[in-house]
Amino acid sequence: MPLIETPDGPIWKRRTTKEQFIRWFIWLIAIAIIAYAWKGISDKTIWFFVQDAPRQAADIGARMIPPKFSYMSRLWAPVWDTLNIATLGTVIALVIAVPVAFAAAHNTTPHPIVRTIAIFIIVSSRSVNSLIWALMLVFIFGPGVLAGTIAIGLRSVGFCAKLLYEGIEEIDHTQVEAIEATGATKAQQMLFGIVPQVLPTFAGIGVFRWDINIRESTILGLVGAGGIGLELSGSINTLAWTQVSMILLVILSTVIVSEWVSAKVRGAII
Amino acid sequence: MLRLEGLKKRYKTGDYALQGVDLEIPDGQVIALIGPSGAGKSTLIRCVNRLVEPTEGKVYLGDLELTTLSSSKLRKARRRMGMIFQEYALVERLTVMENVLSGRLGYVGFWASCFRKFPKKDIQEAYRLLDRVGLMHMADKRADELSGGQRQRVGICRALIQDPDLLLVDEPTASLDPKTSRQIMRLINELCKERGLAAIINIHDVLLAQMYSQRVVGLKLGEIVYDGKPDGLNPAVLTNIYGEEDWEATIEEVDEDELVEDEVEEATV
Repeated sequence: MPLIETPDGPIWKRRTTKEQFIRWFIWLIAIAIIAYAWKGISDKTIWFFVQDAPRQAADIGARMIPPKFSYMSRLWAPVWDTLNIATLGTVIALVIAVPVAFAAAHNTTPHPIVRTIAIFIIVSSRSVNSLIWALMLVFIFGPGVLAGTIAIGLRSVGFCAKLLYEGIEEIDHTQVEAIEATGATKAQQMLFGIVPQVLPTFAGIGVFRWDINIRESTILGLVGAGGIGLELSGSINTLAWTQVSMILLVILSTVIVSEWVSAKVRGAII
Repeated sequence: MLRLEGLKKRYKTGDYALQGVDLEIPDGQVIALIGPSGAGKSTLIRCVNRLVEPTEGKVYLGDLELTTLSSSKLRKARRRMGMIFQEYALVERLTVMENVLSGRLGYVGFWASCFRKFPKKDIQEAYRLLDRVGLMHMADKRADELSGGQRQRVGICRALIQDPDLLLVDEPTASLDPKTSRQIMRLINELCKERGLAAIINIHDVLLAQMYSQRVVGLKLGEIVYDGKPDGLNPAVLTNIYGEEDWEATIEEVDEDELVEDEVEEATV
């Protein structure tokens, strides 16, 4: 036991000697695994290319300067597409996520089976990256903005629903109880007891996800799902490095603006 | 009139919170329910409006037996029982007015309540009640902007706008300072008198229980061990309810005149 009686009085230690040994042993194993994995990576790396990397990077960097500002005239439309993909995708996601979240939360689910289905929807949406959703949807809907929007929407459903149902589970139950005690129906209890409590969470999640989706939608074009990524992949494939740097600048400023907007909105809600 | 017959509640852990409680409360009587923590006071009042389902026994509100009601009939019965909570249990992000009007949810439909279209009569009654408890000017404030005493007044309005026959009051003063506690207890008492309401008030404070009730019921381990007049509480009775302690300082002869004087300064806070 941590408390050891000695002639000089009791001594307290955080752990017993045995616990201490076990912990050291676990650390030893963890470090050994890392060292082994490091060696595996090292063996499969062609070190010549790595040594060459700084020179290559400097070379591409030099070709990127100066960015081709005149190219901007062709970028406005894809940037607008990107923003639309992110915004509409988020809206679709929120519309689907709300009922899913209420079905998934312990305290609002109508039935354990419904809850299982809702959790399954959340997990399957979250387990597939939006790029992969887009890849599949391009086959289904053909290339373009629609595939990108739905990809973003499907990917975001799980994220929004998960955070929202956790928010629903954390509400103060006595407020709901008080509404229940007035003789209100289940639907009214939700309306007066639960919705006011989760509304700020809901708005926060929506804005947060929109912010993430702006970034995700910039690369969807790589698989043909519309937006600025389409221009990016075209420019890389034709080795037009000054256009690439221009696009990167545009993406950077879009993300900064979205970050600023979401910070403002979240500040206003909470 | 409320009548409990052999009311028992066993929780999933197997513990009996109530072990056969028989209690009869005539119309218009205010009773204080005292007892140590874990005696089953909260469970008892929650078994009446079935926020907690009783395991055994019967609850009669007038002639209506509550424990076997279907959920829609239970909702109708709940409209006749107003409840006041320890931590006020106001919906924090709604306004004072919305909180008061939520007491009428049992009477209005879903869409009407969704768009806050309450009948004119309800709105007038809400303003009248807020005026009665001195919170008219707070009607459009959000509930989380109010002080503890103010919140409890809103809680009282929410219970009263139901136009109940019975008030179930769960530790109304546990989160309040001594002065506000007295004011709240006095307010509940006055309103019960004005409206001829019966009330069960769970309360920890023995002195407050004596001052503001017509009858005291002592609960210990889910059983009634005292039922009688407030001035019948003596050291022997309190020792029986709570256990051994020096009770002399707790018990006070309640001076009737002082009670009346207190009522005058009421509306100020």
